[in-house]
Amino acid sequence: MFRTLSQRVWPSRTVLVREKHTLPDLPYDYNALEPVISAEIMQLHHQKHHQTYVTSLNQAEEKFLEAKEKNDLKTMIALTSQLRFNGGGHINHSILWQNFSPKGGEPEGDLLKAIEANFGSFDTLKNGLSSSAVSLQGSGWTWLGYNKSTNSLAVATCANQDPLEPTTGLVPLLGIDVWEHAYYLQYKNVRADYVKNVFKIINWKDVATRLATARQ
Amino acid sequence: MFRTISQRLLPRCMSMRQKHTLPDLPYDFNALEPVISAEIMQLHHQKHHQTYVNMLNQTEEKFMEAKEKNDLKTMIALGPMLRFNGGGHLNHSIFWQNLSPNGGEPEGELLEAINKDYGSLENMKNIFSSATVAIQGSGWGWLGYNKTTKTLAITTCANQDPLEPTTGLVPLLGIDVWEHAYYLQYKNVRADYVKNLFKIINWKDVAVRLASAKQ
Repeated sequence: MFRTLSQRVWPSRTVLVREKHTLPDLPYDYNALEPVISAEIMQLHHQKHHQTYVTSLNQAEEKFLEAKEKNDLKTMIALTSQLRFNGGGHINHSILWQNFSPKGGEPEGDLLKAIEANFGSFDTLKNGLSSSAVSLQGSGWTWLGYNKSTNSLAVATCANQDPLEPTTGLVPLLGIDVWEHAYYLQYKNVRADYVKNVFKIINWKDVATRLATARQ
Repeated sequence: MFRTISQRLLPRCMSMRQKHTLPDLPYDFNALEPVISAEIMQLHHQKHHQTYVNMLNQTEEKFMEAKEKNDLKTMIALGPMLRFNGGGHLNHSIFWQNLSPNGGEPEGELLEAINKDYGSLENMKNIFSSATVAIQGSGWGWLGYNKTTKTLAITTCANQDPLEPTTGLVPLLGIDVWEHAYYLQYKNVRADYVKNLFKIINWKDVAVRLASAKQ
């Protein structure tokens, strides 16, 4: 309603009305993913790390719009790094919380068919995702993504909080966060154990829904 | 002596490569408390740094095997592993020396250089802290020395990229902001870790590095 009013009162000037990003709720309690991921990690990861990305993203967008108003192109460009890092952090973690479920399960139906068509078997996919996640240097994410051009699945990695689709064009289906904050309090330096265990809590229905949507 | 014999007996033999080893800490694991916990020091040294050393040795071995076969593609493919693990070994070897339970304050030529290039120690620390806290992802903040311009410089490197091979700056003081360096104690509050770290800097070591770089 606010947008329409501004267009009627000032028909010659479009005022950019920006909705602030907000931290999405988790679809389960902090302790729901134990013993795979501790409540302590879930709470810090959600309320501190993801919240900070949301807050910083809102700040970066506000500064960007102010710079745009002044036609300050240098500042707009300088802000893209903050936009990518915090925007990516918000996008990635919003997907992650939905990718998890205490009940876990297995892929089925069209998703399973696609996995078998592209990787041979579910086990081969798991091995591919795992080795990619474990060998990632520094902070980043390993993804199972969907390539719309070739109608195929792919395993890809992104550094830091680079979001999959803007960076590679692949549609994100399932993400594995290997920033140390995702596992260190519980698994210390043994990232491999964390990655192995994470497969027990994947919400394959959510992954299947994302694939179905991407294929539309 | 072994080398001489092997050179006489096997004139075309592989070069004798010395393996890298994990350097000892110059203090106990608990010596840097309460700034850095013993648990972090032990994991950081015995697990993280040790792994960089092991992987560096493995990578160098594979590199030499590839070189023997003139397999250039493999030599090139091994580059990232060499950089990551070699950098990890270089960086942490400097880091353990950069820290001390009774580090003191900068003095003499080091303090002069800091005052000349940054106005004051406080100003240098502020710039160094902001740059380091703002690193996106894993990496290191560095106080380095530019041999060309004969000035100090503050910069950051991603992941385990080693300062000198990456930028040409000689490393004087590094701040590790990989989450494993502080998370068990400081959780997501990297700023508190960086602030506290200044209480345990071994400024004598930093001064020695500067003096060596100036030679």
